[in-house]
Order: sequence, then structure tokens, then C-alpha cells
Amino acid sequence: MNRIAQTFSVLQSNHKKALIPFITAGDPAPALTVELMHSLVNAGSDIIELGVPFSDPMADGPTIQRSSERALKHRVGLHDVLSMVSEFRKENMRTPVVLMGYANPVEAMGYKYFAAQAEKAGIDGVLTVDYPPEECEEWVRCLEQHGLDTIFLLSPTSTQSRIAQVAKLAKGYIYYVSLKGVTGASHLDLKSVALRLEELRAVISIPIGVGFGIRDGKTAGAVAKLADAVVIGSRIIEEIEHSPQNKLLSNVAELVARMREAIDAQRS
Amino acid sequence: MNIYDLPDKQGHFGPYGGVFVAETLISALDELREQYDHYRNNAAFQNEFANELKHYVGRPSPIYHARRWSEHLGGAQILLKREDLNHTGAHKVNNTVGQALLARRMGKSRVIAETGAGQHGVATATVAARYGMQCVVYMGSEDVRRQATNVYRMKLLGAEVVQVKSGSRTLKDALNEAMRDWVTQVENTFYIIGTVAGPHPYPMMVRDFQTVIGTEAKIQMQEAYGKQPDVLIACVGGGSNAIGLFYPYIDDQSVRMIGVEAAGKGLETNKHAATLSKGKPGVLHGNRTYLIQDENGQIIETHSISAGLDYPGVGPEHAWLKDIHRAEYVGVTDDEALAAFHALCRFEGIMPALESSHALAYAAKFAPTLAKNQLILVNLSGRGDKDMATVAQMSGIAL
Ligand SMILES: Cc1ncc(COP(=O)(O)O)c(C=O)c1O
Repeated sequence: MNRIAQTFSVLQSNHKKALIPFITAGDPAPALTVELMHSLVNAGSDIIELGVPFSDPMADGPTIQRSSERALKHRVGLHDVLSMVSEFRKENMRTPVVLMGYANPVEAMGYKYFAAQAEKAGIDGVLTVDYPPEECEEWVRCLEQHGLDTIFLLSPTSTQSRIAQVAKLAKGYIYYVSLKGVTGASHLDLKSVALRLEELRAVISIPIGVGFGIRDGKTAGAVAKLADAVVIGSRIIEEIEHSPQNKLLSNVAELVARMREAIDAQRS
Repeated sequence: MNIYDLPDKQGHFGPYGGVFVAETLISALDELREQYDHYRNNAAFQNEFANELKHYVGRPSPIYHARRWSEHLGGAQILLKREDLNHTGAHKVNNTVGQALLARRMGKSRVIAETGAGQHGVATATVAARYGMQCVVYMGSEDVRRQATNVYRMKLLGAEVVQVKSGSRTLKDALNEAMRDWVTQVENTFYIIGTVAGPHPYPMMVRDFQTVIGTEAKIQMQEAYGKQPDVLIACVGGGSNAIGLFYPYIDDQSVRMIGVEAAGKGLETNKHAATLSKGKPGVLHGNRTYLIQDENGQIIETHSISAGLDYPGVGPEHAWLKDIHRAEYVGVTDDEALAAFHALCRFEGIMPALESSHALAYAAKFAPTLAKNQLILVNLSGRGDKDMATVAQMSGIAL
């Protein structure tokens, strides 16, 4: 069993839901990323989604765009992101790390080379936002050969046939985007999420995480009741953005701990 | 003989094109593809399109023999396809009319667009006014500053212009922002992309709407000269005016096709926008194509004297035509384009757009290598009124 499956299996037997924070590698500075990852884990995170900065993050809202720009000011590239994960693995062999980003940096590196390096670095899954299933069968196979899960997005507008198509390829967990739009929007509709998850569960056997628009403990708790995992991105990035350097780690840790508490309070 | 029949059903031109977008955009693109597949072969739609091109845009655009300039250059005869005479002054409007008509049939009341120089923004604002649609144009804040007159034109036409302050604050970022708007408001919104870029079906659809250029040219050439040109030359930003001229000629191997990219301050510098000459294949804005990027796969800023060519990608069909050697792609510098701009003003009394001046500059280099009875057809994609401030500034003149 790989780290992602292992994590969900342990959580399940403890009747707990996964908390998955998202940060961009290199934001606000490359030297802080590994430390930030450890403090996310210490505050109660189960899986870390690590964003690979890209110059043109078409599916992201202003908050994550800015975090990508801050990282790019330090010229953080995919090679650096892989080194950060290797560094993280020196102390943590347990927490899954999923890279999230866009296709072009991977293609510039060469996807076969990338897959080999990602395996070596101790990465567990990869979510490439702009690789929909029909364009990436070779990619999925290549990641699989290196023991990496391909994480896919599904959205409120995904049709039944697409859901089935994604279900066939997806590994690790599904990331359900809970609203129409880009990351950072703030009007998640719990009722429609609940209905949608029921439909997805009929076809999908791996865990389902929900993200986009989760900004407070209350929403996180409510989503935890419905889904297997709660993904929190823009809200954490905002905390990073607004915290002075000397408070950054503790502010983020406090935020994550609050989310953890809210999620655990909803234990079903 | 092989008949050229691309893209395939998923929008691929060889390895290029396709649909590389987040899941959130897939259903919008599915809807667009289905609707366009239907109207593409719908006689009523095509008649309405043709009628609008005739009475609103002013087509067909003539082919004009630049006799004095050709004589001066001393080689092949240079003919100009006069897209500059279209309503709004460029080829861009062929496409915006087509997409706006489609938007109307799809029941969308709001259209959005990205723009760099503002030409596509103006062409979109124009048709939105014509068809009574709400219009929002995304434009990088850097371009808003550089193209104040076009911003005002769009506003006069009733459009809202939104400044984009992310990334490099130019055309590519405006395109990102328009896509973000589209995913958020897809029920009532149609995204009118301005060139043969973006995810399938855009590169095919924009090409189809621009193909009127080449289709007319074939008929006009036969009528006026009893033969087709030896060479076609067009400038390439995203590549819509070029593919519009080239496409009907692709199967006719006797016609050479040359696309001219912006070499800016020189191909050996890093200040250019020559994507096909200097870029590498990758994925951006929903398709696979050549891109100007760094070693980390980040898209880097381009430079050209002409804002309309200042784009780090290129339409996927051009990427394929390059790889199969059906078309050739060359670069022309800022200075060469500027010289051609002045030459056309002085020899023919026609003020070309700086984009089109790149095609003219290459024609000026190429014509002397051919015989006097050979014909070069240059796509004069737009008129130069919009560029007067830039040209004056480059010549050190305060207006
Ligand atoms: C007059 C003119 N020609 C050419 C272009 C470049 O676009 P494309 O390569 O799509 O024809 C532009 C773009 O703004 C333009 O305004």
C-alpha cells in the first residue's frame, strides 16, 4: 500500500477525515517551504498538496496567482520543488505529498525524467490541472510505473460519462472542485455538494476530497461530514501573505489546527 | 494526393492543439464544440455570416497590385489582400462577427474577449454593439497604458474594459483572466478568442471564420490574373490572418506559404516574439504548441514593436505546418518592419498596421529574388492609423 492509501486507511479505521492543505512551493521564500510543510503536519494535516509555481495559472484565482508570482520572483522551478520534497523526506517518511501544478513545467523537464525524479524525491501523487483524462493516458501510465498516483479534478459541471472516464484513470483520491469558477472564490453550496458526492460515490471507489471555497472551520466541518477529505488552499495562502515573517509559521499552524478541530468535531 | 483534413475530432493538428484545460472548463468547451459542429454545416447560419461580412464588414476586400513599390524593388509583383479596408480596419472583425453570431444562436447575452493592442477588443466591442450584447474586454494594465486610444474606442462602443494586473500584465495574462471569467459565468457568457489559439474548437473555429480571406483570394486571383500566386506572405502573431489566407491553399503544393514572426530587436537577442523560430513545444492556454519559455517551462515576456504580434504562443496549426514543412516561418525585426511601413506609405499611399508591416518587410526582401512575372500575395491584415503614435515615437517626433 502506498502512502496515500495508507493514510486514508488509517483515518478510516479511526473514523476521521483527511485535512489537506495547499501551499505553493517557494512562497513566500524557498528557504521556508520545508519548515512550513513540517509545521502543517504538526498542526494536524494528513496530506500536503504542494503547488509548483507557474507563470500562467489559468485555473487559479488572484490569491494563488500571487503566491505563484512570489515564488517565481525567487525563480523556483520544478527541480527546486523536487529538492524541497527530498529535504522534507529526511524527517518525514509518513505524510503523503502531492504535487499540484500545470503541464508546461513538467513537459519542459520531460515527463519521463520528471516521474523518475519525483519517485526518488518521495512524492506520492501528481495533479496536473490542465491534463484532462483524454490528453494524458501515457502520462498516467508513466506515473504508475514509478508508483505515483494521478489525482484528477471533477467539477459541478462534469457529465456522467466524464465521471466514468476519470474514475477509470484516477488513483489516490479524487479532488472535487466544489464550485464553478477559480480557486479562492467563496460561495460553496453545501446542499449541491452533498447531492453531487452521492452521484460520484456511485461510480468512484477511491476517496473523494472537496476543495475550492473552504475558508472557515464551520464550512470545513460541514464538508468533512460529506467527503473523505477537506482541501484548503487560498485561505492558507492568505495567512502566509498577511503574516509577518516571524509569525508566519505559528499563524499558519494555528489556522490549520483550528480547521483540524472543526473537522474532527464532525466525526461521523 | 493527400487531402489536408485537420484537426481531428479532439482538435489535434499532429501532436499540437487539443484540449488542455482544467475540468471546470470542459463542459463549456463541450457545449461550444457541439453547437459549432452544428452551425458549421448549417446553411442559414453560413448565409447570415456571409451577409454580415458583405454588408457590415464590407467584403470582399480587394486585391491591389502595388505596382510602383514592386517596380522599385525590382523583382516579383507584390499584390496586397486589403483586409485593412474592412470595417474597424483589420481582419479581426471577420472572426468576431462569426463568433458573435454563434453566441447569439447559443442564447448568450454577454460576450468577453482578451486583447493586446486593442484591435480584437475593438472588433469585439463593435459586434457586441451591433447585436446588442453586453461586452467585457480584458486587457493587461501595461497594454491599457500603451494603447489609450483603443481603450477609449472600446468604451465609446459600450464595452467595459477590465485591466489585468497579474503576471506580465499583457496579452497572455488578459487571456488567462478571460478564461477565469468564462468558467465563473459560463451560463450567459460567450468567450470570443481573437486568434487561432486556445483549446479546441477555437483554433479550428477562428480559422474557419478567417478562411474567407483565402477563399476570396483564390477567386480574385483567377479572375484578375488567370493564375494563383507563387508565394503567400502573412504576419503571424497568434496566426489568424495567416491561416485565413493559407488554409484554402494548403493542398496546392505549388504555392509557397511564408509566415512572418516578430523578430523584435533580433532573433539572437531575447527581445523578440518569434515563437516558431525560437520557441519549444509545450502547453499553454489550452493547447499544445510552440512557446517562448525558459528552462523551467515558465512563459517569458516577448517583445515586438507591434503589440498584435507580441504573444509567446502561436496557433497549433502553424506549429504543425512548420513541422511538416508545408509552410515556412521567418522573422522580421522592428527596424525592418518600420522601414516597410514607411515604404508602403510613400510608394502606394497606404498606411499599413505595424503587424502587417512585418509581412511587407519580408516581401520586400524576397521579391528581388524572384522573376518579374512571378506573384507574391501579401495579406495586408490591417491599417496603420492605430500605430501613428508608436511610429512617431520611434522616429523621435512628438505629436
Ligand atoms: C492588423 C493585425 N494584424 C495581425 C495581427 C496578429 O494576429 P494574428 O496573427 O492572429 O493575425 C493583429 C493582432 O492584433 C492585428 O491587429
